Amino acid sequence: MAKYILKRVLLAILTIWAVATLTFFLMNAVPGGPFLSEKAISPAATKALEAKYGLDKPLSQQYLTYMTDALHGDFGDSLKQRGRTVIGIITMKFPVSARVGGISVLVSLIVGVVLGCVAALKQGKFMDGLISVISTLGIAVPGFVICTLLMYLFGVKLRWLPTLGLTSPKHYIMPVAALSFYPTAYIMRLMRSSMLDALGQDYMRTAKAKGLSGKKQLFKHALRNAILPVVTYVGPLLAYTVTGSFVVEKIFTIPGLGGEFIGAISGRDYTLIMGTTIFLATLIVVMNVIVDIVYKIIDPRIKLK
Amino acid sequence: MSDKYLVDIKNERLSFFTPAGEVKALNDVSIHLEPGEVLGIVGESGSGKSVTAYSLMGLTANPGKLIGGSLMFNDHQIENMTEREMRKIRGSEVSIIFQDPMTSLNPVYTIGNQIVEVIMLHTDKTRKEAKERAKELLELVGINEPSKRLKQYPHELSGGMRQRVMIAIALACEPKLLIADEPTTALDVTIQAQILELMMELKEKLGMAIIMITHDLGVVASMCDRIAVMYAGRIIEYGTTDDIFYNPKHMYTKGLIRSIPRLDATEHERLVPIEGTPVDLLNPPAGCPFAPRCEACMKICLRQMPPKAVFDEVHYTHCWLNQKEMMEKGEANE
Amino acid sequence: MKQNPLSFQLDIKPEDFLPATEEEKQSQVIMRESVSFWKDGFRRLRKNKIAMVSIAVIIIVMIFSFIVPMFYPYSYEQQIKGANNLAPMQYSAKELARIEAGEKVFPHIFGTDNMGRDYAIRVMMGSKISLLVGLVATAIILVIGSIYGSIAAFFGGWVDLIMMRIVDIIYTVPDVLLIVLLSFALKAPLETLASVPGFGWVKTLGTNLISIFIVFALLYWVGMARMIRSQILTLKESDYVTAARALGVKNGKIIKKHLLTNCIGTIIVTTTLQIPSSIFTESFLSFLGLGVAVPLPSLGSLASAGLNGINSHPHLLFIPAVTISLIILSFNLLGDGLRDAFDPKMKK
Repeated sequence: MAKYILKRVLLAILTIWAVATLTFFLMNAVPGGPFLSEKAISPAATKALEAKYGLDKPLSQQYLTYMTDALHGDFGDSLKQRGRTVIGIITMKFPVSARVGGISVLVSLIVGVVLGCVAALKQGKFMDGLISVISTLGIAVPGFVICTLLMYLFGVKLRWLPTLGLTSPKHYIMPVAALSFYPTAYIMRLMRSSMLDALGQDYMRTAKAKGLSGKKQLFKHALRNAILPVVTYVGPLLAYTVTGSFVVEKIFTIPGLGGEFIGAISGRDYTLIMGTTIFLATLIVVMNVIVDIVYKIIDPRIKLK
Repeated sequence: MSDKYLVDIKNERLSFFTPAGEVKALNDVSIHLEPGEVLGIVGESGSGKSVTAYSLMGLTANPGKLIGGSLMFNDHQIENMTEREMRKIRGSEVSIIFQDPMTSLNPVYTIGNQIVEVIMLHTDKTRKEAKERAKELLELVGINEPSKRLKQYPHELSGGMRQRVMIAIALACEPKLLIADEPTTALDVTIQAQILELMMELKEKLGMAIIMITHDLGVVASMCDRIAVMYAGRIIEYGTTDDIFYNPKHMYTKGLIRSIPRLDATEHERLVPIEGTPVDLLNPPAGCPFAPRCEACMKICLRQMPPKAVFDEVHYTHCWLNQKEMMEKGEANE
Repeated sequence: MKQNPLSFQLDIKPEDFLPATEEEKQSQVIMRESVSFWKDGFRRLRKNKIAMVSIAVIIIVMIFSFIVPMFYPYSYEQQIKGANNLAPMQYSAKELARIEAGEKVFPHIFGTDNMGRDYAIRVMMGSKISLLVGLVATAIILVIGSIYGSIAAFFGGWVDLIMMRIVDIIYTVPDVLLIVLLSFALKAPLETLASVPGFGWVKTLGTNLISIFIVFALLYWVGMARMIRSQILTLKESDYVTAARALGVKNGKIIKKHLLTNCIGTIIVTTTLQIPSSIFTESFLSFLGLGVAVPLPSLGSLASAGLNGINSHPHLLFIPAVTISLIILSFNLLGDGLRDAFDPKMKK
């Protein structure tokens, strides 16, 4: 186990390093720069700014400086938001996105697993058909359509729910609903098919022959085997969702990390792009390790390599 | 009369309702079994041998449906029982061992968990007592180091071991009837013999009746008191083991016996296979289902299902040829 | 005591006990016809009403996006003066005057947008672009993904290890970042390319559209590659591949003949499901303003533009939104139908 964890950590560091390097050089290879679009600044001032942030140095040197600083936990200042560090921006914006995202992943997981199980148990019956229709729709309708529909219906027409910001629990309802729509539908489908698969296994016949009740058969014997694909899906999903969805944040004007990231990309805020990318990559890599470990706990046959 | 039997199935008819149509899996199947008796059900795949046994446990539901007959087991009228009542007898009064021990145990739980589960379900034992009982059971089925095995997962055991665990689960509540559905088919030949020996030993010890479902005539010959030969959802010959092996009457049974390799065969004797394939149960023929493959097929065989031809208290067949012989004998007697 | 068991059955005559002929015996054998994998699959597919309706919807949408615009009276970039923000089926004052004068004016079925462009043709063009992106991007993804995945799986060992690490890295980089950076990076070279003689088609298609294809090709093949790899890893263990190897068949031929043909069913299904996912992503990009360039519409950019006027002209949002959902839904349902029909594991 210790050897496995060591191996995974090394691999994780390698992946994060590769992602950071790729991002760094790609970002710099693209024409344009952080201070070019600001027309108000004179060429001399631009030069001064570039010198201040070390952008006038050769790329390889910039890269080494950045990596050394990053290793020491210093991700630099934002190039565009004067006087704020990258870490400061992330620690301020991430909790906002994480709250909305975390709640929505939880909602998708619960609703998706329950409805997926129900559909599998009622295979071919009306409930199965109904759930299938819902899940297919959920996969087919793009997120921005869901967002605007929700906003139009509950925000503009019925005026039941507030449309902008995140100031009260009520404000969470629409963004969470919009964010969980697709993953819920996806988990439902995953759960239904893996549940059907599990229900057809020989050990389920054994469970029935033992005289176990339907509930016990389902929750003890089928669910634990059927949940594995869902675990695989939810791990990375959690990483992506807690870092914020740009669309949802834009439409509901939520001050989260997703919007910040898109802003950074279009504004060429190099340090913020790097910081956010490394943060996201780390989250994803960590989630993948957690998924592997959870897998091992659920299914003893799996060997951690 | 029926109360002396442990199992008494009368004229069972069961169909599977599939999208393609009604599959008549069982037609007029009658079987009875005394306590402690071993019955072998022999037939090819799809002949209905497993379905017959499963229906005793109510394991055929969806898409299978009982459409006629009566099933009596240990004074329970199975066809009238609710699912809740059925659950009480499953695993306690009647248990089953499946064909493939590799897939019949849940891979994500320990052996101990899966044995304890059934004990706790049907008895008032505490978890600790159930664990003790599980240990006893593993010893009973010949597994050494039971306390260590209890903590292991199915994939850590060999096929033979797993089948022993399945037997331990089946015997946990000392059932009156054990259904063994091809219990040795998936095992190595040397392990097969061990498992059969174990089952006979346990039968002597615990006194339960066994229904042995198999397509291996060798297995039934060594174990069973009586044998039912099934073909296309019907019992076509029924008798004691001696009847079936030394005095087979139905052409299909004769064919089966002839297709067993014999060690004492002379050099020139060849194995005789039964030609043709089984009938399609979606469109069963009007006459005897075996007729198209039967070398002694007569015109009437294709038209009408043969009635029962009774030889003695136990031995009977469904075959026009036997009817004809009996009729001729009857005429000669008159 | 012994009773003739047949005495009461009067319809039995002695000749019934004559041996039956072979023909009589054979006439009783009703065999279900054995059908090939493809025939069986297509039969199942034809029986699947939902899948057939989906095919019909896809064909109708394709007719409207590729054929109808050719002889539609309006063009997608034509700005009709004085006809801004018309409601569906409404005419502008000028057009009404022309109708008064006895002229025939084709109605604006979905109205017009804020620049006076006929919305029906814009939605049709949008569908065309979305479908084009979906189909072309999927084709590119399919080719790259299946080649990459099968090579990784086939050679295994450290080749597989390195190739899959690369996949992991591409997976981990946020896709929005790559898309934005790549589309900026590709802009200049593509424009240079367009001015080179013989590459005029780059201009016709739009550099933006081409850069989207390239971005998709570079980013989204990883899922396909993973799927193909896992399929082939399973197939590789099969006996017929061992047999082919023992016979000295070359690697390339084994991949092509034995491995790819055996996972073709899964590939078809994944491809069909990749199409809606590509359309989905393009619409999302257009929504972010990173998709196809103006004045060329895509369903995503139409919906995005419609969002601004949601209170006054909700139909400008809902028509493209419903269209895109319909297209994605049809492809998804068709993919499900294909899976039910061709994936042997899904057989009931």
